[in-house]
Amino acid sequence: MERAGIQIEDVHLSFGDTQVLKGVNLDIKPGEFFAFLGPSGSGKSTLLRAIAGFGPTPQGRIRIGERDVLGLDPWKRNVGMVFQSYALWPHMSVRDNVGFGLKEKKMPTAQIRPKVDAALDLVGLQHLADRMPNQLSGGQQQRIALARTIVVEPEVLLLDEPLSNLDASLRVQMRRELLRLQRQLGLTTIFVTHDQEEANTTSDRMAVLDGGVIQQVGSPQALYDAPANLFVAKFLGTANILEGRVEVDGPEARFVTKTGDELSLPQGSKADGSNIVLRPQNIEIHREAGQNALPGTVLHKEFLGSQIRYLIEAGGTEIVVDQSHSVGLDWYEVGANVHLRANTSNAVVL
Amino acid sequence: MSQQTTTPAAVRAGLADRLPVWLVPRVSGLHVAALLIALMLVGLLLVPVAQVMIVAFQDPATGAATLQNFVDFFRTSLFRESFWNSFYVSAMSVVVATAIALPLAYITTRFHFSGSILIQSLGFIPLIMPPFVGAVAMQLIFGRNGTVNLLLKDNFGISIPFMDGLNGVILVQSIHYFPFILINLSASLRNIDRSMEEAAQNLGSHGMRLFRRIVFPLAMPGYIAGAALVFIKVFDDLGTPLLLNVNNMLAPQAFLRISSIGISDPMGYVISVILVVFSILSLWASFLFMRGKDYATVQKGGGGMARRTLKPGEKVLAYGVVIFILLVVLSPHLGLLLLSFGTIWSFAPLPDGYTLANYVTMWENSKTFIMNTVLYAGIAATLDVIIGTAIAYIVIRTRIFGRKGLDYLATAALAVPGVVLGIGYLRTFHSIDVPLLDKPLASWWVIIALALMIRRLPYALRACTAALQQVSLALEEAAESLGATKRRTIQKVVIPLMTGGILAGFVTSFATAAVELSATIMLVSSNNDAPLAYGIYLFMQTPSGRGAGAALGIVAVIVVAIGTIASQIIIERDKKLKSSGDVH
Ligand SMILES: Nc1ncnc2c1ncn2[C@@H]1O[C@H](COP(=O)(O)OP(=O)(O)OP(=O)(O)O)[C@@H](O)[C@H]1O
Ligand SMILES: [Mg+2]
Repeated sequence: MERAGIQIEDVHLSFGDTQVLKGVNLDIKPGEFFAFLGPSGSGKSTLLRAIAGFGPTPQGRIRIGERDVLGLDPWKRNVGMVFQSYALWPHMSVRDNVGFGLKEKKMPTAQIRPKVDAALDLVGLQHLADRMPNQLSGGQQQRIALARTIVVEPEVLLLDEPLSNLDASLRVQMRRELLRLQRQLGLTTIFVTHDQEEANTTSDRMAVLDGGVIQQVGSPQALYDAPANLFVAKFLGTANILEGRVEVDGPEARFVTKTGDELSLPQGSKADGSNIVLRPQNIEIHREAGQNALPGTVLHKEFLGSQIRYLIEAGGTEIVVDQSHSVGLDWYEVGANVHLRANTSNAVVL
Repeated sequence: MSQQTTTPAAVRAGLADRLPVWLVPRVSGLHVAALLIALMLVGLLLVPVAQVMIVAFQDPATGAATLQNFVDFFRTSLFRESFWNSFYVSAMSVVVATAIALPLAYITTRFHFSGSILIQSLGFIPLIMPPFVGAVAMQLIFGRNGTVNLLLKDNFGISIPFMDGLNGVILVQSIHYFPFILINLSASLRNIDRSMEEAAQNLGSHGMRLFRRIVFPLAMPGYIAGAALVFIKVFDDLGTPLLLNVNNMLAPQAFLRISSIGISDPMGYVISVILVVFSILSLWASFLFMRGKDYATVQKGGGGMARRTLKPGEKVLAYGVVIFILLVVLSPHLGLLLLSFGTIWSFAPLPDGYTLANYVTMWENSKTFIMNTVLYAGIAATLDVIIGTAIAYIVIRTRIFGRKGLDYLATAALAVPGVVLGIGYLRTFHSIDVPLLDKPLASWWVIIALALMIRRLPYALRACTAALQQVSLALEEAAESLGATKRRTIQKVVIPLMTGGILAGFVTSFATAAVELSATIMLVSSNNDAPLAYGIYLFMQTPSGRGAGAALGIVAVIVVAIGTIASQIIIERDKKLKSSGDVH
């Protein structure tokens, strides 16, 4: 199958007076597994639907492979979309559902059957071919919806929160399966989700959206380690954000918090920025004061199994600290005065 | 509250309350009411209908059980013909009604179409006119020498037999009953999640193919529900064929046999059995079809079918189709209006002149009809809401034994055609004399009111049930916990809160009872006892009476229209009142 990339250039879209997409630019590479991540209402679905040709026609440019598809009818785009609700047609058997697209392409019936069987085989549900959709579990419906879409060999695959209607354990299993299938077919795929774990575990790259604007694009790890702004920092994982200022003193740089505590920064840190982002696992709790440490008070603690999560008041804010738990480790009691030592070698100043 | 406050119930607690239940069964006013209602339903619905069924299977001479009547029925070529005609007319009416309703439903639900609300409300207009009223006006417009054919003949030298024989019945019935399909189909279409359609478009489908393969099948349950109703209504209807002088159909045959040969002739009963069986069969068939097909697919984040903006060309086409259909649909009303204001209207596209004389004649000759109608429909609607409220309360709020049965029995009236009820009453009550009046109950005017009451009870019951369901049980319990007795709670809390719904039920029952013909036509024993619908029928029998008949028809239409609008307003206002009450 030919692999197609997707280029989105300066796409604007409004529903009436509400601007929903405000100048989106993206370059999705052929064969890539790409995720749109963002909070509810950020415009993920709207963007995805614009690529498939649904909803109001946006301004800007959308190219799939070599074709400019803006304004093209959805049925002429050769884009496969899996809907959040699966949208299996309840009046057709699984086989008819999956064969629908091929029939629309006027493929002879004799050729449709083996193709449908192959697609069902791919998702491991050949034995359910003669069932009706309402006789399937959520996970099975999900796979049939997937089979129905890939059987027509689309150039790109669009998935709108495909796992959100499944329960937690099935979700983990299905996302692995999705990834396996994507790799096997080499299909350029966009996956919409508001669950960062889903995006992290599946995607090659992702775009974080907020308010109809792309905040940052990159690999999950890059976005986690080097968020471009506070929104991305807070949206991906737990982030402690301390306010203050950067003081540069020759080659030395340090971050001075509102409370006047100082944290040293790696050499060559940029001099502007009024926030420092510290991940919970990069902070240690000690009873004694020390270098690069903030004094604080334990407000709350939660036992999470492999970890203990503390909420500590320090540096003028409340800081989350995770300590890995092992037998015999003693806990800090609520109210205890402690000192937080932050590993700032990779800290991000924003 | 202090310990000394005793509830009235506690004050009355006497010996009976201290004895075991099995010794002194607790009989409340509600039990008595339930029993009375049950007796009434048995006497006025079950017995007459059972009587009809039994007579159909009896040898008229000996009274022995036999199938001979049915054999005779199917041996008579006129009856065989009537049977097929009824079937054919019903089926064709469904087809024509579909042709009218489908484009309207599709255009209004699927596109941004500025006339959508207009169409959806105009769709109700045919329902507010009894079909037989429009039938004569339709003759004048679409008949052999009617407006349309005269124009066709003059301009193209052709004529189309729209109104000849069965065609006329089909046309009148489908114009009248298509809203059943329109309403149900539109509701179904609106319940299709837009992702259902988009998934198909995504896979390369669009236009008519998309409609045929995805949209229409998904709307099928609503369509079938509407179509089954149309089929039954047309199959059972007596007024329209009678007015169009089409007698070779089942319901008119039943009427004619009973009214010309007498109530001992078994054929009327055989036909009644067939009518009832077909009503039940088609309801059952539609139920079977719809089982397991709850296709309401609107889902989280969905929101009905995606509406598309029409392209300019499509817009012209859509408006053309809609306007054409609306013209056809409104033609009986226009025709009736012209007829009522016309001097002479025959062999001409339009009346020769216009006058108010028809209304004067109508008023002079119809005072009794109108008074009777107000009396009968008033009695029927009052009883309907009283009984409807009682049944609703008993079914929803009590655990009285057999309460469901009460509900089913009252609702079963829906499946009983008016002709059948009429025949049943004649048969059952002709041998019972009214004390003091010295005439059979069957020919006393009260029986007409009772027949109307039974016929409209299912609708009133539904309105009352809906009203009661909106009264939260907590309000009732609050009153009881403050010491009110059951009876006072019902009087002071439940009924006032239900008022809106009850009133709406009353108005609907009244308006539709006012124009009912099929049961009344069998029970009217003298013109002095006749209601408005029968009056229209009488007027329309002679060409000279048509103008006045049309004027009376207009009165009927206005009565029903006001009733419908009033009940709509009452329901809306009630809803607002209740929802604003929820906020506090
Ligand atoms: N048909 C519509 N008409 C008007 N506004 C709309 C329409 N569809 C979406 N919107 C608005 O556009 C914005 C983005 O919606 P969108 O569905 O793209 O969000 P999303 O990121 O997919 O959210 P979710 O995670 O909840 O699915 C929202 O503010 C929404 O209210
Ligand atoms: Mg969404």
